[in-house]
Amino acid sequence: MFTFSLQKFLFTFAFFALMTTTSYASKSIEEKTETYNPVPSIMHHISDSHEWHFWGEGENSFTIALPIILYTNTLHVFMSSEFHHNEDGHHVVENKGNKFVNVHGKIYLLNNGEFTTQFDENHHVKNATTPLDISITKNVASMLIGLILLLLIFVVSGVKAKKNNGAPYGLLSFLEPLVLFVRDDIVKPNIGKNYNKFLPYLLTLFFFILINNLLGLLPGSANVTGNIAITLVLSFITLIVTNISGNKSYWGHIFNPPGVPLALMPIMIPIEIVGIFTKPFALMIRLFANISAGHIIILSLISLIFMAQSGLGDLAAWSLSPVAVIFVLFMDLIEVLVAFLQAYIFTLLTSLFIGLATVEHH
Amino acid sequence: MATITGIAAIGAGLAAIGAGIGIGRIGGSALESMARQPEHSSMIQTNMIIAAALVEGVALFGVVVALLQG
Repeated sequence: MFTFSLQKFLFTFAFFALMTTTSYASKSIEEKTETYNPVPSIMHHISDSHEWHFWGEGENSFTIALPIILYTNTLHVFMSSEFHHNEDGHHVVENKGNKFVNVHGKIYLLNNGEFTTQFDENHHVKNATTPLDISITKNVASMLIGLILLLLIFVVSGVKAKKNNGAPYGLLSFLEPLVLFVRDDIVKPNIGKNYNKFLPYLLTLFFFILINNLLGLLPGSANVTGNIAITLVLSFITLIVTNISGNKSYWGHIFNPPGVPLALMPIMIPIEIVGIFTKPFALMIRLFANISAGHIIILSLISLIFMAQSGLGDLAAWSLSPVAVIFVLFMDLIEVLVAFLQAYIFTLLTSLFIGLATVEHH
Repeated sequence: MATITGIAAIGAGLAAIGAGIGIGRIGGSALESMARQPEHSSMIQTNMIIAAALVEGVALFGVVVALLQG
């Protein structure tokens, strides 16, 4: 299939070698000017935070303060605005006799008798401990908004569906095909005749992931399903549901694989046990990486404008911005597709795992 | 540090190549079999998406490791 002539190969190799040397040469000239580094602001958007930041820097920024809830020996509740957007540990907040500082978005409790934060040579906090942090962070707030939206949509349309005998109308005509799609195309073919027991969980999973994916696409919103802790919990629930509903033949395939010689058992059984955990682990990484990668790509395309401005000047930035905006629009539309696709795949694979664990052998 | 970032970027690129070949072959064969048997196209489509998701999952492991290094 792949037939390369030596001549062609050498030519390609020389071409790439030439390309790399020229790009290195131009890099050493450009390094003198300070170019805009998009990585910190992109990472700031991707990660969770104690305040909901929209735009601006420092004191001039437009942010929504969120409550910080900490547990030391008592419960501490105060707004994140008390830190005055300070994230390097200089602003000390005192609450019920304890002193707290915010270092890069993480809340530290200063030790008794300390008044300022001290750092060691690796810039780790030296004289403080981390309290139990159960704050309403940006991701939690966004998830609560998603929850309220889901409740509103489904309670309203559920009441409608009970009264309605004819064709669905309004909101119901949008939701009914989706619910039927999950039931008839995802759950029923993969689980089989006992699908009714798992349908409520799988429907909740589908719509939870879907609404958080879609909310994450709005400008200024949080990155809920692109947070590994949230995907970890979702896949952990899948792990529990799969293994609790697993029947005799499921466990038999793990601890006594049929048709395997006795000498291979010490290898096969550990592999099967690891296999229990790799399937939900892959689910976790897939959702996290897909949504995070989408956010990173969109923000990188927007950052191109600022990189052009700092590296090449205003004219380049102005002429590049229509291109970047069209690319961002294109990526945003792809991300709407990905939002549906990832909710679909997560639900599909979960119901596939449940189906494999509950299948009846004759 | 810059070297590690560069190598991590090459790693992400290699992961993308692997996923591209894999998903391309899955999509190609799925289209071929759908053209032969259009009556089974919905079943083929579901299996195509499952296989593509599995391939993509492995590729994303590579991308995540590259991100952590970079």
